[in-house]
Amino acid sequence: MSFLTAFTMICCLIIMGTCALLTLNVQQIINVLEDENQMVAFVDEALSDEEARAMEKELLAIDNVSEVRFVTREEAMVNFLDRYDDNSLFEDVDSSVFRNRYLIYVEDIVFMEQTQNDLAGVYGVAKINALLKVAKGFVTLRNILGVVALSVFVVLFLISVILMTSTMKAAAHIRATEISIMRMVGATKSFIRWPFVLEGMLIGLFASLCAFLLQWGGYNLLAENISGALSFITVIPFESIIIPVLVAFCAVGVLEGMFGSVGAVKDRPRK
Amino acid sequence: MITLKNVRKTYENGADALKGINLEVADGEFIFIVGPSGSGKSTLTKILTGEVCPTDGEVVVNGFDMNRIRRSKLHKLRRTLGIIFQDFRLIENKTVYQNVEFVMRVLGAKPRKIKERVRYVLELVGLDHKMRCMPEELSGGEQQRVAIARALANNPKLIIADEPTGNIDPELSRELMALLVEINKKGTTVLVVTHEEELVNEFTNRVVVINSGRIVRDGTGGYYGNV
Repeated sequence: MSFLTAFTMICCLIIMGTCALLTLNVQQIINVLEDENQMVAFVDEALSDEEARAMEKELLAIDNVSEVRFVTREEAMVNFLDRYDDNSLFEDVDSSVFRNRYLIYVEDIVFMEQTQNDLAGVYGVAKINALLKVAKGFVTLRNILGVVALSVFVVLFLISVILMTSTMKAAAHIRATEISIMRMVGATKSFIRWPFVLEGMLIGLFASLCAFLLQWGGYNLLAENISGALSFITVIPFESIIIPVLVAFCAVGVLEGMFGSVGAVKDRPRK
Repeated sequence: MITLKNVRKTYENGADALKGINLEVADGEFIFIVGPSGSGKSTLTKILTGEVCPTDGEVVVNGFDMNRIRRSKLHKLRRTLGIIFQDFRLIENKTVYQNVEFVMRVLGAKPRKIKERVRYVLELVGLDHKMRCMPEELSGGEQQRVAIARALANNPKLIIADEPTGNIDPELSRELMALLVEINKKGTTVLVVTHEEELVNEFTNRVVVINSGRIVRDGTGGYYGNV
């Protein structure tokens, strides 16, 4: 029974771990994409280049703005021409048709719209281009991912606790005589319950260590394959998060064992 | 030692198990509680060990007022008691020695004291030569003697034996009862609950007869003896 419980807990812990690591990796990918999701603030044509450059401090002072980069008319034109393979059509275009501009990066895309409004209020800003829909998409994706991961985690945690409760109830039933004797000779409730709680915690710890090792191997195998097949995705190296993952696995396993055992023996001894 | 004043017990199903019991048991006494099945003997035992609360009346055991004692403090009362069950309740996967030692370990005694005491009580019940045996290797009488040794392990003030001879043959029952009398002579109060008339009649100790939840006789001279 204990072996079966440990085995099921290992499975649950691996699914929980996979879910958490997947979330972590997707979060990182989203963070990278978020960082690239900049706004463009076009400078009023009436302002001279010096005046345009002088706006930088004011833009940086706005909440949620993490970085600003000034792009001159000339740079803007080069960037524009770079987009086309055949740019002979634009050979005669003068850089004066482009406006000086700032590339603006934000700390949190959740507040992108508010930041856009704040930027629009700065003297000299003529227009702002912001991909608000893309930003909202990222936020929604992040939130959905968080909710799904949390739900899976909670469900699997509860399943593990229920399994542990059943195991410990069976163990307590097998040792009913022992418990009744302990009770009648004057053992305290905590003395009677503690061995079961300890047993549950040890099963949980054992399961979590097994699950951790399996997760480690599985993750690295998967990471190698992903890096080979999908080179544009950067997978977080397991070794860089090994300590927090190990601690999380052990903590979850031990807590599952503890809650399960406490649930099983909370009504023992009965009198 | 034990004081019961007008003790009543009515179970949730409406059954009146005890209907006003008055009883005094002094230190060092040996007392038989007898009566037919369903007379209220077991309920009385359960009230004395704190397994059941009285519906009404006053119960004091070894200085503990059973109406006031909190459930979380019941273990303190039980540490002053030695309880012997009809079905022995030995732990099957522990040796004779371990069954007795286990009780002292539960109560946190020191290893040296445990060793001395366990050997002493097993000697007292005549089973020191079988301390390494498993319960299944013993006869019913021997198993009950292990249970007595276990009850004695913590040097209790009061031993409550609930039908201790119920699962053993008459000859061994007499030996066992004689052993309890010997233990009583060493100063431990002994309360034996039984329904075996013949066995009780072989001893001259105090006998309390319960019938239909009431004490119908309290005296010496066996089951039908003097009031």
